[in-house]
Amino acid sequence: MSTGFTADQVQFREVVQRFLTAKSPPTEVRRLMATAEGFDREVWSQLCGEVGLAGTHLPEDYGGFGFGVVELGIAAEEMGRHLYCGPFFSSAVMAAYAILNAGSEEQKHALLPGIAAGTTIATLALDDLNDFDQVGGSMSAASGALSGTAPMVVDAHVADTLIVAAREDANAPVGLYVVDAKAAGVSVRALEVMDPTRKLARVTLAQAPGKRLEGDANLALLWDQLNTVLACEMIGGASRLFDSTIDYMKMRVQFGRTIGSFQGLKHRCADLLLELELARAATYDAARVLAGQPGEPYAASMAKAMAADAFVACAKQAIQLRGGIGFTWEEDTHLWFKRAKSSEVFLGTPTWHRERMIRILEAQEAAA
Amino acid sequence: MSDAANLTDADILAELDAWLDANWRPDRPLAEWRELLVDARWAATDWPTDYHGRGYSAAQSALVAQHFQERGIVGAAPPGPGRLASLTILAHGTEAQKARFLRPILTGEHAWTQLFSEPGSGSDLAGLTTKADKQGDHYLINGQKVWNTSAHHADWGFLVARTDWDVPKHQGISFFLIDMHQEGVEARPLRQMNGHASFNEVFFTDAIVPAEHLIGSEGEGWRIAGTTLSFERALAGGDRTGGRVSKLEGPIYGEHRAELAIAMEPYTWYPQRAGRVDLAVPRALESGAIGDATVRQELARLIGMKKGADLAAASAAEKRRSGSNEIVPEGSISKLAGSVIARQASQVHTLISGADSMLAGPESELDGVVAEILLSVPAVSIAGGTDEIQKNIISERVLGLPKEPRFDKGPFRDVPRNVSDL
Repeated sequence: MSTGFTADQVQFREVVQRFLTAKSPPTEVRRLMATAEGFDREVWSQLCGEVGLAGTHLPEDYGGFGFGVVELGIAAEEMGRHLYCGPFFSSAVMAAYAILNAGSEEQKHALLPGIAAGTTIATLALDDLNDFDQVGGSMSAASGALSGTAPMVVDAHVADTLIVAAREDANAPVGLYVVDAKAAGVSVRALEVMDPTRKLARVTLAQAPGKRLEGDANLALLWDQLNTVLACEMIGGASRLFDSTIDYMKMRVQFGRTIGSFQGLKHRCADLLLELELARAATYDAARVLAGQPGEPYAASMAKAMAADAFVACAKQAIQLRGGIGFTWEEDTHLWFKRAKSSEVFLGTPTWHRERMIRILEAQEAAA
Repeated sequence: MSDAANLTDADILAELDAWLDANWRPDRPLAEWRELLVDARWAATDWPTDYHGRGYSAAQSALVAQHFQERGIVGAAPPGPGRLASLTILAHGTEAQKARFLRPILTGEHAWTQLFSEPGSGSDLAGLTTKADKQGDHYLINGQKVWNTSAHHADWGFLVARTDWDVPKHQGISFFLIDMHQEGVEARPLRQMNGHASFNEVFFTDAIVPAEHLIGSEGEGWRIAGTTLSFERALAGGDRTGGRVSKLEGPIYGEHRAELAIAMEPYTWYPQRAGRVDLAVPRALESGAIGDATVRQELARLIGMKKGADLAAASAAEKRRSGSNEIVPEGSISKLAGSVIARQASQVHTLISGADSMLAGPESELDGVVAEILLSVPAVSIAGGTDEIQKNIISERVLGLPKEPRFDKGPFRDVPRNVSDL
């Protein structure tokens, strides 16, 4: 419903859609989610190489395409729609933004081209995934070696490079440290996950060598970037569930009528569309605000809260409106339901983000 | 009309300024000024040149309206039902109807009211039962209308009534212009739950409409009323009255303010009906309620919904400007959003006030505004098409879901209208 994209952006979306329609159908999602690695290395190298998606938002100097967060959001939305399985969010979004924000020129030149090309898989190891203010509390970087546990790290089981948030001591600011995943003192253990399309592993460091990214970690900015892209991914997933549910309601006949003709169900769909469209508008806006357009300083948290609520609402109704078949393993709905639930709580719950909106608003008022 | 397209904004403003400099005087009587304004074709510049207009585009016409505002000059009569009447007459009226009715609408000589809804046909407007029976050269009108804004001040009304009971319901309706100053027409103010009386009930007892005041042909009333309603949606927010007159000096401003006070009186509570989202954050901060965890959550939800709806509306407006013709569904989505937002805002105001929400009037929060919010919001999801009708439109026209089975397709005479008919 909402537009506001340039012709180039629309065309970019079509390119991503074409690729993912071919490479990430639900049959592939099911095949990959059952594997230990969780993704197909050949498709990953095409996605990064031929299509160039991992470098969408990275400057050309660092091997990227020099687009911005709006284009990255488009790619993420399509990945959410197709439930693409691969280390895109962990490597190209989480780790790449951390390096882009905090790395020195030399560090960015050293680290980003590999990430853009997909030849390096990186991830961001945070010891807290709920609240950026709690990050670094249980990861120590005393005297240049890293010790502690990041209990849930996305795609750490396949990562070559870890960007680890840690503090030199309890009073020091959080720093971001580059750690080779194969270095001594690094242990990575894959975890059983609720959403098998988003793999998690536990990273335990014992005096592991790490090199600090020279700049400020700026976790608040990083949180906004990650949540904005995550919101785009969720809007894609929510749209997929919504559209497929409407299609189902036009096909399914009960009581001599298509179930889509029952007013009780039609009205539920209209409510759902409203929630989805408001969340979509807030999400696209958050991306534009990050790209420098004027807007609210809490736009990213607003987008995450609204997109998460809309995705979960679509996921619940996608199952409910299908009835029993929607609860089966054979039907695809649960794949997106699981992604909806894992995204809802990843990087701050909707409640946490609404609370943050008000904190930002209060600070704004106090300053005014 | 083709000439207007070649005019630059500077051409238009130069001509307008020259004319205003020569004619505008704040000491002129309002009626005299309006006659001059209409004669010089500055009252409705987007209308055709044959009917008091200049054939300007919407953008050119908006430029003129803005210039009136900037110079603090009184424009054509205030917006309201008369605007809808004039656009409907322009689109469907005869030459004689246009000659008789358009000019007094622009000058403000005639006030109008809309006579569509009935006690027995609200959402189901086409189920109306007000009768129009042809008797030689006129129609006799019998029945009752409701929700008629400003009917007690109106000189004329535009009316839909049934002329044929033996065809399906949409086909038996006709569209009339009716003189409100006659014995068979009685308008009674209808008091609302918030204490205001913005609307009326109108009773017709052998009221007379001359046959020449039928718009279109018999049986075309539903189609014509549909265009009236589309004008209503498109006009929301439009104004050609030359605003900012509250502080300006001169007899004409006094007359204009009195005119506006009457025209706008039914609408004073409309901002409260929409929930007064603008007051939510300041009230939460000033009262200290912002410290409450639930207030924080609900306030954040409200801010998000409002922002999302504003952005979606802006994107829809952008689409319309670029020529897309999807007005109806997007209008329904934003109307539905308005209801959800108003209800959420009302709840936030309730949480902020706590027990003080029990009060009303001058001693209550914000001089009674909060109480008025709480008691006005229930109207927003009913007026102008209920939420349920909007959801039907969204699910059928946007999502393409099938319609419900219908039981009212045959001749209207046989359609059940009361539970005793079932």
